[in-house]
Order: sequence, then structure tokens, then C-alpha cells
Amino acid sequence: MTYIAKPKFHHPGLPKNELGYTHRDYEGKISTLCAGCGHDSITASIIEACYELSIEPHRVAKISGIGCSSKTPDYFLGNSHGFNSVHGRMPSVLTGANLANRDLIYLGVSGDGDSASIGFGQFAHSIRRAVNMTYIVENNGVYGLTKGQFSATADRGSKSKKGVTNTDNAIDLVAIALQLGASFVARSFSGDKSQLVPLIAAAIRHKGASFIDVISPCIAFNNHAGSTKSFDYVREHNDAVNRLDVLTGRDPITVDYAPGTVQVVEQHDGTKLALRKIDADYDANDRLAAMTFLQKHAAKGQVVTGLLYVDPDSEDLHTHLDTVERPLNTLEAEDLCPGTSALEKINASLR
Amino acid sequence: MSVQSPISSVNDFVVRFANVNGSGSASANELFARSILRHGVPVSPRNIFPSNIQGLPTWYEVRVTEAGHLGARGGVDLMVAMNPQTWDKDVASIEPGGYLFYDSTKPMPTSKFRADITVIGVPLTAITNSTYTDPRQRQLFKNIIYLGALCALLDLDPKLVEQLIGEQYKGKEKLLSSNVHALHLGRDWALQNLKCPIGLQVKKSDKVGDRIFMEGNSAAALGAVYGGATVCAWYPITPSSSVAEAFTSHCKKLRHDPETGKAKYAIVQGEDELASIGIVIGASWNGARAFTATSGPGISLMTEFIGLSYFAEIPAVIMNIQRAGPSTGMPTRTQQCDIIACAYASHGDTKHVLLFPEDPAEAFEFAAQSFDLAERLQTVIFLMLDLDIGMNHRLCRPLKWDDARQYDRGKVMTAEMLDEPGRDFGRYLDVDGDGIPYRTYPGTHPTKGSFFTRGTSRDRYARYSEEGAIYADNMQRLVRKFETAQDMVPRPLQANAAKPTKYGVIYFGSTAPAMDEAIGLLEARGHQLDRLRIRAFPFHSSVASFIADHDFVYVVEQNRDGQLRQLIVNENGIDPVRLVPILHYDGTPITARFIANAIGDHQDHLKVTPLRKAVS
Repeated sequence: MTYIAKPKFHHPGLPKNELGYTHRDYEGKISTLCAGCGHDSITASIIEACYELSIEPHRVAKISGIGCSSKTPDYFLGNSHGFNSVHGRMPSVLTGANLANRDLIYLGVSGDGDSASIGFGQFAHSIRRAVNMTYIVENNGVYGLTKGQFSATADRGSKSKKGVTNTDNAIDLVAIALQLGASFVARSFSGDKSQLVPLIAAAIRHKGASFIDVISPCIAFNNHAGSTKSFDYVREHNDAVNRLDVLTGRDPITVDYAPGTVQVVEQHDGTKLALRKIDADYDANDRLAAMTFLQKHAAKGQVVTGLLYVDPDSEDLHTHLDTVERPLNTLEAEDLCPGTSALEKINASLR
Repeated sequence: MSVQSPISSVNDFVVRFANVNGSGSASANELFARSILRHGVPVSPRNIFPSNIQGLPTWYEVRVTEAGHLGARGGVDLMVAMNPQTWDKDVASIEPGGYLFYDSTKPMPTSKFRADITVIGVPLTAITNSTYTDPRQRQLFKNIIYLGALCALLDLDPKLVEQLIGEQYKGKEKLLSSNVHALHLGRDWALQNLKCPIGLQVKKSDKVGDRIFMEGNSAAALGAVYGGATVCAWYPITPSSSVAEAFTSHCKKLRHDPETGKAKYAIVQGEDELASIGIVIGASWNGARAFTATSGPGISLMTEFIGLSYFAEIPAVIMNIQRAGPSTGMPTRTQQCDIIACAYASHGDTKHVLLFPEDPAEAFEFAAQSFDLAERLQTVIFLMLDLDIGMNHRLCRPLKWDDARQYDRGKVMTAEMLDEPGRDFGRYLDVDGDGIPYRTYPGTHPTKGSFFTRGTSRDRYARYSEEGAIYADNMQRLVRKFETAQDMVPRPLQANAAKPTKYGVIYFGSTAPAMDEAIGLLEARGHQLDRLRIRAFPFHSSVASFIADHDFVYVVEQNRDGQLRQLIVNENGIDPVRLVPILHYDGTPITARFIANAIGDHQDHLKVTPLRKAVS
């Protein structure tokens, strides 16, 4: 929830895009996520991508489920309609919205809890239906709003804040998206803005199901176990009447590394993440090669980032359904109702 | 067993076909029903089928009814016993003096018959096998052969039956001629070997008039086409699947752009019921008219989203074709058992609009109207059919439409309206005092009118808030909106008895034809009842008035717990003692006999002769 109103003042010197909009026109409310949350970095990248594409902010529909990531649409494109649906069911709501008006841009924002557990089915089916959307998963491997349970993308063997070891295998949403036929598949890191912004921009421009898995460290549930400022420590040493959850903000993690290299990123809890940025000469039009590449590096403990696959001849759900170009939500009785003459024929056929 | 005269009746009897599911009998049996209609005699057919693809027993019952009674009657006058598995049960269900028609190729011991019925044997298998060599042909044409024999036995005009076959196989001459041949094989055998006609006969009449013969599911789907639905998302479930299938079929014929050939609709078979209602909500949020069709278990799965639709105030239309519950219940049997589940679907305090059509014609009208209501009220609307209306053909008045009718899109603020000087847009402001706020579609205006839709509490400007007063204000407005709905939904229809009476009866939906007939039976027993057919929830004030005007009122419904009665008591603060439940819930359609007996017995009990008079 947002308690602090964002000032409406615009500096007259702010740079403008082709439509005359400034960055501020793409912002939303002030984030209420923990300081240092990777999700805020993703929000910033969405803002930047939309600014660079000179999108009319109100022509974007931003739809999410429930959870930390799903709160973020409130923090960008303040003049757009947003929709917090129910946990994991963003894809169906987005699909319906897209069917109603094919002319808008659809941003689906979800989390790993949202998309890899309760919404795994909806994630899969929206991808296989080729809904024209940019589906971003802000993936931190934990349930933040319910305080630190594993999500289905958490690696086997990893430990929760409470010291529990995850015994389940992880779901790799990128691998699944590739297998399901997504026509644009990418992975990035929330702190790698130089990679993430163009990926989001390209995904928005892509016609069909665009999927971006963004690794996004969680400040609240991967901070140092021994810290006296840690969540658990404060809880254990808090004798106040009300039990409060105290979080210490962190600087967001940022990275910048060259294509074809591996970057080891230390997360808030000290664990290390090996990011491999794909080579510049990587063939992103070969789905099979992308799947192999992904698995090969996963075996080495590396998380591949970049645009893994794109189908230049992609289609979308409207193409498959062969719907009229005019948005369905603009059709009225004169367009839709067959009238009495058709009804009389139907009556006659039923006697 | 006493000697029983064979039943003799013209245009008023019940024929039941007992078949094996998957034997291809359905089309022949339906052809039989339509043939009688072509004689100008009303029929009321019903499928009684198992939740199974092949092998289990299935029945098709045709009530031939010159008087036009469209409810189930109960009892069987002529049993066409084609299923050895159910032989004993089928023979036992024949009315005294009735007829048994069977395949006499293999002799049956006399112990398998009853002395008080007339047994008609036709060697169907022998006739079929002597004519056809292909096993599938043998199976399919056996059905047409028994239809031919029935033509002779019931004195049906074979030309009318041939005409129907001609319509069915138009352009497929080979199929047409082979079916007509099979029809005459059976008819000729019966004419040559049996006493034809029997006591049950069909004579040409003029009682059908201009009425049409249609299934409720198809009618509801057509209502969705006329009502402007452009998005349909569904998941297969008996008995609702044919709604979406019919919508698809209607759209393919009626909804393509003449210039481009492109579809002016989008139909998605969801991965489950949750996705289906999610798609409906997303489409409706974005300004399209959208619906889903399901049954009780689907409603259970959709309830989370239904709560979102209610609280976030997003239009949605759900066609619920009810079947027997709870849980998987009896998937292919009819009930009216989702009343409470739908009226209060989802957690927290919710109330939803329910519409109760009585027949296909009303299913068409209410389906079309449901889209206006959903957008006008910005909430979920349930169209409550059941298997008995949905999956059975029923005679009804022709469908009608007013070409001048425009869709009521409700309170939608356009960019021009947002730009009006002094205009204040708050998504949940009650500007008109009717509890219904204004909404905007996404993409309407560059700087005005956008809002965040959420299932969490928010203030009148759609800003997240957990303030108790703000939450209560919102919930009260939702109650106000529901009160507004009372005058927007179809009103109850009242019909008074011929003589003044202290007693009334309330009923709804598919019970209507049986109720109409039961009134006559009750009058014959000396009981007068005023009746009120409820057509929607929230209840119009006339429901409470009707109850107040009578000493007590029977509430007839097809479920165990008297769900409509509960709803009336709950919503109107009525003393439950004043509402007498008449409940039928074995999965078969309620019959006039059942209603008349249940109410008649209760009424008789009220007329206990005083002891003093009795002993004098």
C-alpha cells in the first residue's frame, strides 16, 4: 500500500520522447516494497522501456496476480488501467482483456509463487495460446508476503530463512516457456538494466506470447542469517507489545557485464548466482538450440540470461481465432445482432 | 393377476425407449418425437442417460400430449424395451394395461412378461441380419426398423416420417434412401404380422401451432448471440457443454464479417473453470460482453473469481446448467440445487443476481437480457437453467427480438465525459444514489479515468484502503446496488385460482410446466391455489406481498433442502412456518403427479373432519 503521495512537480528540463512524454509520465505511485528489492529495479526498467518506445501510457493494460511482484503495476504507468486479479490467475484475466481489445498493449506481471505454483497452469496455457502480451515473472524464489516459504523456482538444496532445506526440484519457467511454444523467451537479472530494458522493449514490440523471467533478489528473505538487523533476530529480540517486522533496506544489486561472459552475483544473503550472458553471435531463432543451451549451462550451475529465442514469424491468439481487426469491445448491436429476419429463419428450422 | 383392458388413448400417452448407450438410438428416438410433432400433436421428450460413453442403460421418453402438458407425467404406456440389462425394471414400469414392444428374435420365457400388459414382439435382429451384413449398419438400422414398426402400431403417417428423414439427410441421397428403406422394412413387417394399430394412436391435430421445438442450452446460446456476447470461455462439463457448442455453431452462421469473413467473436476452451471465468472477467473489464457456461462443480471452482467480480464490480455472465450434486453427484440427472451456492457464491458477504427461465424461449430472452444486466449492474449474473430445460427439446413460443433494441452498456464514462468541466471521476463514487458507480474502459483517456482494479478494499477513488469506515461504506453501497437490481430483473408472474383461496404456491424454472398441469389436477381434487412463478433473485417486493396475502404458501423445488425457500426466508424475514416445502430431488424431472399428490395430501390433511361430526 502507498501512504506517500508522489509529488506532481515535473522539472521543465526533463528530456522528452517522441510523444513529448517524460520519464515521470511513465511512473506510478511510490513503491512500498522493501528498499533494495529487485522488483523495483524491474519497475524502473519497464518505465525506461516504455519511455524509449514512446508508448502512450494509457494504451497499456497492466495486469497482475497477488504478491510482491503483483503490487508493482501500481508503481509504473500511473495513467494506465491496472488489475490485481487473484493469486496466479493473471494470465486468464489478461487473455480475456486481450480478446476484448486487441489494440492495447498488455503487460502481465507475475511472481514465481504466482506463475510457478498456483498459476502454473494458467502460465502454461496463456503461453501455448500465443496471447499477445509481455509476461514478466519477477523471480525471487520465495513467498515474500507470507514471509519466506519456498516457491517452486527455489533450487533444490537451498535453505529458507528459517533454515529449512528445500527438497523439491526447481521449475525453470524459461525452459517450460520454450517447450510450450512461446515466440519470445528471455531471461535477465533485475540489476542488469542495460540488458533488461531492451529485452522488455523488444518483448512489447513482439507479436505473440513474450516471456521474460527476471531473477530478482529478495531483500527480506535472503539477508544474512547472523545479522543482528535480520528479520529473525529482530523478531526474537523484540519485547514490544506489538510484534513488528523490521527490515533493513539494502542497496539494490546491479550488474553490468559483457555478452558471452559469466558474472557471479552475490545476493543479499551471501549466496552466489552465476549469470551467463549469451554470446552476441548466439542464434536466437533456433528453439531447439536454445533449449539445449539452457540445459547445458544449467548443468554447470549457470543461469543463462539474454534473449534466448524469438520467432520472427510469430502469430497471436487473434490470428488463430481469425477475429476481426476492430476491437470486440467496440462492436454494438448493429454489428453483432443478427436481427429478426435471421431469428424467423431459425424459428422456421425448429418446427 | 387381474385381467386388464389394454389402454386406449389417442394423442395422450407416454412412450419410453430403453436402449444401450452408444447404440445409435438417439437420432431414431428423436425422429419418433419429431414425427408426432409433424402430426400437429405436442410432445414433451426427455433424455434419461448415464454418465458414460457406451454400454450403460439410457432411456428416451416421449410424452404425447394433445393437451400440451410439457412437464414429465410419470409412468409408461408403451415400453420399447431394447436393453436386456434393464428388462425387469423396464417391464415393471409399464402402467397396467400398457404395452411392451421388444425384439422377439430370441424367444423370452413367459415369466419375463406381465399378464396385465400387451406384449408386441418384432424379430428386429432377424429382420436386420437378413438385410444387412455390416455390423454397424445392423446396429443403426435396427433402430430405424423399430421406428417403422411403431409407425404401423401407432398409426403414424409414414410420409411425414419420410419427410423428416429427407430433411435430416438433405443432399445425402444414399443415406436418405437407405433410412427410408429400413423404415418400411419395420412398418411392412408390423402391418403384415401384427394387429395394427394398437390402442395407443396418433391422429393429426392442430395443437402445435407456430411453436418451436428447441433445447434450452441452444436457446440460451442464441440469446448470447443476440445479446451481444463476443467472448465465450468455457470448460466442458455435463450438462452445460452444449451451450458453448451451440454458441460456436450459431456464431459460425451468424457472426462473420461479410467483407472479410473474420469472426466477430472469440471462443476459448479454457484449461479449467477458473481460467474460463478469469477470461470472462478480463474481457468484461475491458468492455466486451463475455460469458461462460458451467454446472455445479464448475461454480465451486469459480467462486474465488465470482467474489472478485462482485467486489471489484466487473460484469460477468455465468450460465449454470444445474445437475444433481453435491460433489460429482449425478452428473446426468437434473436438479435445481445450486440456488444457495450461486446466490451467495464466494467468501465474505456477497449477493448475486440469479435469473430463472422456465423454457427455451425464456432462456433466450433472459440470456440476452443478462448481458444488459451485467453491464448495467457491473456484477455477475447467473442464468440458472438445469438439465431438464437445457438438454431436452421442449415446445415453446417462437423466439422474438426487437430490431430497435440497443445494448445497455451501463454507466461507462467516455473520454468526452471525463473532459467535461467539473467532472469528478471516482471509480466507486455513487453519483446517482443507486449504488451503481461509473467505470471507464482501459485506454480511454491519456490522463483521466484510469484506476486500479483490485479485490482488496479501496475507497471511492479506487485507492487501496483498510479503513473500516471506508470498507463499510463500500459494502453498504453494494447492498444499495442489489436493491436497485430488484426493479431491473424479470418480475415474478402471478396467476390466481378460479376461486378465492387462502393458499398459494411458489415455483420457478423447469418446474413450471409440471406446476401448470398440477394446478388442474389439484382443482380436480377440490383444491384452489394462487401461484407465483419467481423469475429472478433479488426478489421483487411482490414475493413478500404474495406470501403475506396467503395463510401459507407451498414452495416447490427440485432439491433436498428447499434452497429457494431458505433464500426467501433469509432475504425477506419470513416466518419459515408459512412456507411449506414441496421437494423433489431424485434426479428425475418433477412431475405434475408428484406435485399434485404432495400438495393435495397436505391440503387434505388440513380438512380433517371434526371428531363430533365423524362419530354422529
